[in-house]
Parts: sequence; C-alpha cells; structure tokens
Amino acid sequence: MKVAQIDADGLGVAELEGARHEVDLSLIGPIQVGDYVIIHAGYAIEKLDTAEAIERLALFKELAEGWNATLGDSAPPSSANSGRVE
Amino acid sequence: MEPNYIEGFRDPGAAAALCAKLQALGATLAARGRHVQVMEVCGSHTMSIARFGIRDLLPPKLSLISGPGCPVCVTAPGYIDAAIELARQGVIIATFGDLLHVPGSESSLAECRAAGGTMEVCYSPRAALALAQANPEREVVFLGIGFETTIAPVVSLVGRAAAAGVTNLSLLASFKLVPPALRAVLADPEVKVDAFLCPAHVSAVIGMHPYEPIAREQGKPCVIAGFEPLDILYGLCGILTQIAEGRSEVENQYERVVRPDGNPRARAVMQQFLMPADAHWRGLGLLSESGLVLRPEFAPYDAEKRFHLTIGPGRESPGCRCGDVIKGKCAPPQCPFFAKRCTPLTPIGPCMVSSEGTCAASYKYERTK
Repeated sequence: MKVAQIDADGLGVAELEGARHEVDLSLIGPIQVGDYVIIHAGYAIEKLDTAEAIERLALFKELAEGWNATLGDSAPPSSANSGRVE
Repeated sequence: MEPNYIEGFRDPGAAAALCAKLQALGATLAARGRHVQVMEVCGSHTMSIARFGIRDLLPPKLSLISGPGCPVCVTAPGYIDAAIELARQGVIIATFGDLLHVPGSESSLAECRAAGGTMEVCYSPRAALALAQANPEREVVFLGIGFETTIAPVVSLVGRAAAAGVTNLSLLASFKLVPPALRAVLADPEVKVDAFLCPAHVSAVIGMHPYEPIAREQGKPCVIAGFEPLDILYGLCGILTQIAEGRSEVENQYERVVRPDGNPRARAVMQQFLMPADAHWRGLGLLSESGLVLRPEFAPYDAEKRFHLTIGPGRESPGCRCGDVIKGKCAPPQCPFFAKRCTPLTPIGPCMVSSEGTCAASYKYERTK
C-alpha cells in the first residue's frame, strides 16, 4: 500500500485503491509519504524497493512480449501494457 | 505514470513464457531420471499456488508440496483449550479471525462464543490495546500465533501497553520460527524434499542468511519468491535451474521486498521482548529452540504466567491427518475426511479452517477434477 500520511508515535495511514488503513510504521526505517510499504496485521514490515519492482516488471514485460510475438496476431492483450495507474 | 504493482505480476503472456521455460527445464531433468519435489513453507504461497492453478502448469516430473507454512495449523489443540478456559473465566479474548473455528480438544472458540464467551476479532494486534483501554475492569488476552512475519507486530503490543500504562492486557504467545521446521522436515526420511520455495514475508524479516546452512550443508536450493503467480513460476524456474546446474544456493528473487539482512528493526523488537525456547509443533513434535517466549521481566504481559496456565498438547480429533498434511506426507485429497466429513464449516483439524491452511486452499480452489 502507499503511505498517505505519517502521524506521530510511529503511526500513519496507507491507502490502496481508495481505501485508507491505519498502519503502524514503527517496525521499518525512515519512510516518506508516497512510499509503498508491505503491510501485515496492520504493521508495515518492509518498504517496497520500487527500483527493484520496476526492474522485475520490465523482465516480465519482456517475457510477455517475447511470448506474444511467437503467437503473432492471435496474442491476447497483455495486462503489462494496460497502463492502469495505481 | 506509476507502474501497476499488482497486474504486472499476473501477466498471462509472461506466465505462458515462464511455463514454457519450466517445461523445458523439467524435461531436461526428467531426461536425467530426476523427479524433483519442491516444498513451499508459506501459507500465503499455499493459497496463491492453489488460487492461480500453479500445479496444473507444472512439468510432469516436478511436484510441489506444502509444508509447515501455516502457524495456526502447527499449533496444538491444547492452545485452543487454554484460550477457551480463559474465556470461561470472563477474559475478553482478542484474536485473528481464522482462529475462531479451529478445533480444540473438545470445542472451539466459536462454540465458546456461542455459549457466552467474549471474543473480539482483530485485524491488527493494536485493536487489543484499544479493547483493554475501553474495558479497564476486565482482562484482555490477545492470542498471538505466528511466524517471524507476525511476531514483531504482535509482541510490540507489549511495549505499547507498557508505555500507555495498560495493565489488563496480556499475550498468550505461540510464536514459532521457520528455519528449525525446515530442518525437521529434512530430518524425516519419509519426506522427500529437493528444494524449498522460501516464504516471502518471513524472509523480509529474517533475510537470506538463516537458509544458508540448508543450502550449503544439506544441498537443497532455497529460493525466496513473492506471492504473485509470476513470482512463483519464476521461483520454480530458479530452483530447477540450480538443480540442473548442480548448485544449491540461497537465491533471493523477491528483492523488491527482501533485503539480504532482512528487517533488523523488527528483529530488534523481537529480541527485546522474547527469548528462544523449545516449542511443540503439530506434525513435527518438539523442536529445540524453535519458538520464542516472553522474557521473565515481561511476566505481567505473559498470559500463561498471569493466569497460571499449563498448556498441554491437547487431543487431536481421531483420524485427523493434519500432522501429515503439515509435513507434506499427505496431500489434502489423500485424507479420507477431506471434503467429506471435514469441510470449512465442519472442520476436523486446523488445516481446513486456517486462512493459510493447505486443506482450506485445496478445498476452495482445487476441487475441480
């Protein structure tokens, strides 16, 4: 989820698809609004490394394009190209 | 435009490409006479594998079995009995939801609630603190069951309670550690495991190092993978590639979340409040230093000490095969009770009702054949 608000005492608010959730940020290091965090039982247990995530997404996108190229015109639309914004 | 951090990891074209790669690797190993059995040890992997039909995509000589990845499932019925006893004494029981229907020796928390016990389902342990503050005249006990991912969130409740001066809240802890369970599985000659698909968020806390003895000394590749279907398929490719190349290493494929050293801050919280202890695991028996208990100075927050409880193993339902399911010796459909006498509404054991249970996953997603 994306950190939307940081409050005092290690607490904050994270949001996903419009829903806001209270979250405890005390178990992770320095965090900023806009960072993505992994939430477990209402606690952030780690920050998402967006550079690594983007690199992995790019790898999967390359695999998808390679596969779809072998199928030619019968390839289904790839969700990696959907352009959906989080 | 921001990347899509969910759908990008479920792309069907990429899945097809990874399946093709997996089939090719499987064929290479099959040609050498190898049948590879991979064990996953994470309830969320169990659910994801079932939900996305990963088993149907595997090459013929690759099996994927579930191991002791569900902390509720590896907790003996005696724990539920102790919680029921507390409820009967008028204690407010604060718990994660899926514990309500887990059978104890004779009853369940849900049945106890129906008979008048006070149960409050919590998404987060922090709700238990609010509950204690709102009910100062009553005792509140939080049922803290979990592996490393859950342990730091639950135990930090003790720090918050102490800081807030709350004295009517305690923890009935059943904290267990994953690496000793992996070693116990490998020590069983009846269970054949060639590699582990390692848990995603447990690894986010513990890092890569705890798996190194297993890879190095036992010769089993350990690949840490995320929960999305592409993560799992890529992880399996990583495992088969290692086996094909004669390697057995710890490989982190969830770099976007898992750092090599894990989360030191979460581990520091665990160390502050907890110390190692032997722990009883359903299906695996007593494992040395496989659990964590509250340090003596936190006795007022330790429900076992506060209420003078002696938690025994309890009694499993006759014929229940959860222990074998947990160890990977019995797939859910191989249990004679599965989907017959044992269903999510009428469970005989925890594997059918835990949100991360192997039988629950199979019942929900894999009963299509």
